[in-house]
Amino acid sequence: MDFGFSPEQEMLRATARKFLENECTSTFVRARMAEPAGVTDEFWAKLAEQGWLGLVYPEEYGGTGLGFVDLTVLMEEMGRVVMPGPFFSTVLLGGLTILEAGSAAQKKEWLTKIAQGEAKATLAWTEPSARWDAAGVTTTARAGGTGFVINGTKLFVPDAHLADVLVVVARTSESKKSDEGLSLFLVAKDAKGLDVQLLPTMDQTRKLCEVTLTEVAVSADALLGARDGGWAPLSRVVARAMVAPCAEMCGGAQRVLDMTTESATIRVAFGKPIGSYQGVKHRAADMLVDVENGKSLTYYAAWAMDENVPEAPLAA
Amino acid sequence: MDFTLTPEQEAFRESVRAWLTANMPKEWDRRVTATSDVPRPEAYDVLRQWQRTMYDAGFVGLTWPKEAGGQGLTFIEEMILHQEMALAKAPPILNILGVGMAGPTIVAYGTDEQKRRYPPKILSCEEIWCQGYSEPNAGSDLAALQTRAVKDGAHWVVNGQKVWTSLAHIADYMMLLARTDPDAPRHKGITYFLLDMKTPGVTVKPLRQLTGDAEFNEVFFDNVRIHESQVLGGVNNGWAVGMTTLMYERLALGFGLQVRLRIAVDGLIELARRMEKEGRQLTKDPVMRQKIAQLWIDTECLKYTGARAITKLLKGELPGPEASTGKMVWVETHQKIQELAMEIEGPYSQLMRGADRAVENGAWQYTFLRSRANSIEGGTTEIQKNIIAERVLGLPKG
Repeated sequence: MDFGFSPEQEMLRATARKFLENECTSTFVRARMAEPAGVTDEFWAKLAEQGWLGLVYPEEYGGTGLGFVDLTVLMEEMGRVVMPGPFFSTVLLGGLTILEAGSAAQKKEWLTKIAQGEAKATLAWTEPSARWDAAGVTTTARAGGTGFVINGTKLFVPDAHLADVLVVVARTSESKKSDEGLSLFLVAKDAKGLDVQLLPTMDQTRKLCEVTLTEVAVSADALLGARDGGWAPLSRVVARAMVAPCAEMCGGAQRVLDMTTESATIRVAFGKPIGSYQGVKHRAADMLVDVENGKSLTYYAAWAMDENVPEAPLAA
Repeated sequence: MDFTLTPEQEAFRESVRAWLTANMPKEWDRRVTATSDVPRPEAYDVLRQWQRTMYDAGFVGLTWPKEAGGQGLTFIEEMILHQEMALAKAPPILNILGVGMAGPTIVAYGTDEQKRRYPPKILSCEEIWCQGYSEPNAGSDLAALQTRAVKDGAHWVVNGQKVWTSLAHIADYMMLLARTDPDAPRHKGITYFLLDMKTPGVTVKPLRQLTGDAEFNEVFFDNVRIHESQVLGGVNNGWAVGMTTLMYERLALGFGLQVRLRIAVDGLIELARRMEKEGRQLTKDPVMRQKIAQLWIDTECLKYTGARAITKLLKGELPGPEASTGKMVWVETHQKIQELAMEIEGPYSQLMRGADRAVENGAWQYTFLRSRANSIEGGTTEIQKNIIAERVLGLPKG
């Protein structure tokens, strides 16, 4: 048993920390929060250069072929600097779904582009009902012409305004069981009838959109995976992808704890640093416990994903 | 990162499991001990024999060096053993303070004679040990201890009092901290003695607890004469020696605790299945389900945090933040489990062992009451938080 990071992973952490401290400063983050894009082309190209956009994709699709434990290391560092932009939506939501459900040709086309920083992607799943289950999908895709015609409204879609391709979850046939009859489609950003509205959100480093699909016609090869068989790959992707924001939050929480501790050491009240008072000390200790617990669960979930142990979705 | 065990470790697990199945004492009531590992007075004889049986099979002192009668194995085997003992609801090790604390400290600091004399009998349970640290005016602030030892020829003469001394009523020896230089700074004038409890002048008075049991005691010293050969680790060096003991305490008591929590959560679910509220099975109550699920998550957390700490130990590193959080997180989770058991039982939570209608013969009532002490014994939660804030986060001392 070894529940620690390898020397290579520690090296990835050191590289990521140095890169992000230089490239993703607080000033940079605030500027990105203030604009719709949330990322610059230059910064995105640098992420691609580091090999991080294809970190978890196989080498045949332009990736590095690393695992979720490696990704966890990287995401912790990204969380530390509150890195803005469509990394999660592109690499994990859109990209992973294509990796999980796509044909060899679809994977070759999109994952290679994503890894090289040439394309962004996202997943259009949830709807105004705000349900995270199969029954929440009411968007339809009916067979028409040589392909399908999609109608529906998707809400809370991350970075749809930046995506070159959207993976849309739609119902292709009615069934008694809600998780049957769902399919996944690749919809290009310039598809006719696709409307994307950026929403004002609380966390300005994460852009969310409303996506309306009105009689959007796609060809038969836009189908991602088996017709009516979309729920299984989708739920696998969601379980896997969930590990990433957890790692990001661990990194962010650790940074906040570091900053708080530093402040409690410097700030003086009644003649002593406030961190010498138990009222502050105990709250700091409680924060440490929470951060460490979060890491334990996240690291285990990442490992469980890499090793494909049966309880991996539960761990996530 | 790797969560798998080696084939040898898996084989060790199998051998422990098979041995436990074959050797479990028949007179041991698993149901009563399902949620707790506190030795009850009526079980002492069984427990003495049980430790001896485990010792003869080579399952006591796994991480101790072979010269001291141990097996020279790693913390992984120790962890596996405690996990399997918990899963089998096996009786606990009676001489836990000897095996977990006194023994390793003697191995670390003892003279050749001391190392030859004491460790084997600790492992075999021939000699039970207790810990003479806390006093009426020295608990969290242990360095304030006032029990005095004054040199008289080749002997030290001890006067004073210890309190909350677990197992003192059956102990053969005590790890005794006493002040030998009252003029030195308080951490520098303390000496660690190995005290024979049968020495004239030692009086043990049991203290009855909330649970009705008397696990611990007051111990009085009236001109108790200890030969100078019974000093461990040098005169006035007792603080360092005593702290080593406490470090082992964390390790010794930590293994297996997580599994016991999981067993308690499983027991809680069984309990909730059987109990009804307003005509509805409690496991169907969404609030109850969420509370139980959260406790399950908390026990998972403890498992992985423990694995991170053990990884550091195996790599020869000092335990980091993850190790220092273990005790307080365990306590919080355990107390919440016990509190929820009372909530699940509703009005029945009032009935203690002895009442015909008591649920599970009052086992949960006992463990609930016993769990109240968890946040005090072995380092209070408040002191743990101070330690984390000062030693891990580096906040200034108050």
